Amino acid sequence: MADDINHKSADLDLDDRKFTINFGPQHPAAHGVLRLVLDLDGEIVDRVDPHIGLLHRGTEKLIEYKTFLQALPYFDRLDYVAPMNQEHAYCLAIERLAGIEVPARAKYIRVIFSEIGRLLSHLLNVTTQAMDVGALTPPLWGFEPREQLMVFYERASGSRMHAAYFRPGGVHQDLPPELVEDIHKFCGPFLKTLDDIETLVTENRIFKQRNVDIGVVSVEDALAWGFSGVMVRGSGLAWDLRRAEPYEVYSELDFKIPVGKNGDCWDRYLCRVEEMRESIKIIKQCIDKMPVGPVLPEHSKYAPPRRGEMKSSMEALIHHFKLYTEGFHVPAGEAYACVEAPKGEFGVYLVTDGGNRPYRLKIKAPGYAHLHAMDHLCRGHMLADVSAILGSLDIVFGEVDR
Amino acid sequence: MSAPSRASMISELRIHLEESQKGAISNVRVAVGEMTVIANRGGIVKLLEFLRDDSQCRFETLVDLCACDYPTEPERFEVVYHMLSMRLNQRIRVKIRTDEATPVPSVASVFPVANWYEREAFDMYGVIFSGHPDLRRILTDYGFEGHPLRKDFPLTGRVQVRYDEAQKRVINEPVRLVQEYRNFDFLSPWEGMQAVIPGDEKAGEAKK
Repeated sequence: MADDINHKSADLDLDDRKFTINFGPQHPAAHGVLRLVLDLDGEIVDRVDPHIGLLHRGTEKLIEYKTFLQALPYFDRLDYVAPMNQEHAYCLAIERLAGIEVPARAKYIRVIFSEIGRLLSHLLNVTTQAMDVGALTPPLWGFEPREQLMVFYERASGSRMHAAYFRPGGVHQDLPPELVEDIHKFCGPFLKTLDDIETLVTENRIFKQRNVDIGVVSVEDALAWGFSGVMVRGSGLAWDLRRAEPYEVYSELDFKIPVGKNGDCWDRYLCRVEEMRESIKIIKQCIDKMPVGPVLPEHSKYAPPRRGEMKSSMEALIHHFKLYTEGFHVPAGEAYACVEAPKGEFGVYLVTDGGNRPYRLKIKAPGYAHLHAMDHLCRGHMLADVSAILGSLDIVFGEVDR
Repeated sequence: MSAPSRASMISELRIHLEESQKGAISNVRVAVGEMTVIANRGGIVKLLEFLRDDSQCRFETLVDLCACDYPTEPERFEVVYHMLSMRLNQRIRVKIRTDEATPVPSVASVFPVANWYEREAFDMYGVIFSGHPDLRRILTDYGFEGHPLRKDFPLTGRVQVRYDEAQKRVINEPVRLVQEYRNFDFLSPWEGMQAVIPGDEKAGEAKK
């Protein structure tokens, strides 16, 4: 039989070690709808050609046809693992162009929920990366605190995932005091859960065999391939937008930036775990420091009037009607605002023409650049490492495909 | 030692660029704390190389590359490059103009990440990049026609997809809307009457 096969391939002038396979579009380790065309030489990867766009919804086009306020919920649907971080970048862009001042309390609330978003995303990534290399328990342990965090989302905004909570100028509603208390109560036990997950994964022999020295990113590579977030920090570059270009109240908070040494999948995993601990520190500080006050600018044409005012003031009623039909106008100009989203630098390039709709809005998603480097990172690795590398890139297709 | 303020960093960089890159740059603007450089299309590769390697610039990361459509202007597309220097903590935006037919030199040789960004700009706007290693569509479906982010491309698209029971496969057919797409024009009537009411000419003067 074996002779037969050899004979056949010689006839066809094919190297029987070389073949091409499809990874996806539906594959549990692809973290969404990704089709990878893999050229293999035996079990060694020769070339990776990611085919993306299977989840392309034309977000940028749709936003051009919506008012500024109507466009906001689209940002929840980009990286749906950490929705509010995306809204944040969009709000920052509008605020920069229109010169809106955000009240102090709203700034703290935004930081709290940005960090909750970071926890949501890192919890998912850290644990599913363990699952990609064969461990089933970590995701089960990680999803419990994740569910609690989503309940915090729900109690603040009314929705577990697609929050639409941030507004240009602040946040939609103030937090109830019980919710703030509960978030504070969550912090301690969560650190314990994190320790538990770490005992399960970090020094695990199989996990290390599958991740150490896999998908190594050098500093030069990280710069040339446009990486951001954990992808550069894992390689030893201490770059974090919360430090480098502090927005909201990050400059007043005390937190560390975890940095890796080798730039491999394991270092990136460690960075994410440490970042979760730092996020908890940030949340605690914010709760302690958070002042009382309004969460939206008052007497501003960018924010709705309070319900009480509308009962007595005709102007307020007109303002409310105008704001939710025509929407507000943003002065003509362009701005690029970015935040340190869990996955890296999430940016919004907003071009306005003075109307009530964005003229052009480009979403810079960190995952797009990371996924692009798959070919570069996977060459020479084994087929099984593809899923480990993909897991550590932290890809979510909502933001890659837009 | 206190770090130099962002505004002074921007103005220093502006002077540096205006002196050293006279030929490649036609205009430098600073608005809302962001610097925008209008460059010449032909010299874009050289300019980005300079921005990457020069010791005062060090823009080693190409954060984003995108196109923008202004159909009424003679060169309708604007290609926008956002760059970041992680070492010096500064950002810059470089813009060039082009039209449907004129290719833009690809910068994929300078920044490998530009490969996909240029594919996206080509897919969405039909901007052609010369010297690109692999200029294919990226986000739209296999066999898609047109460039969806152009201002003259309808929001609803041109084709709709459905499963055809007779042919036993998914087919594309021209889009059919039961109801006209509702595009509200909020901008006209609420701005108020600009005409002067007879006998009321002095109304504005009193306020001054």
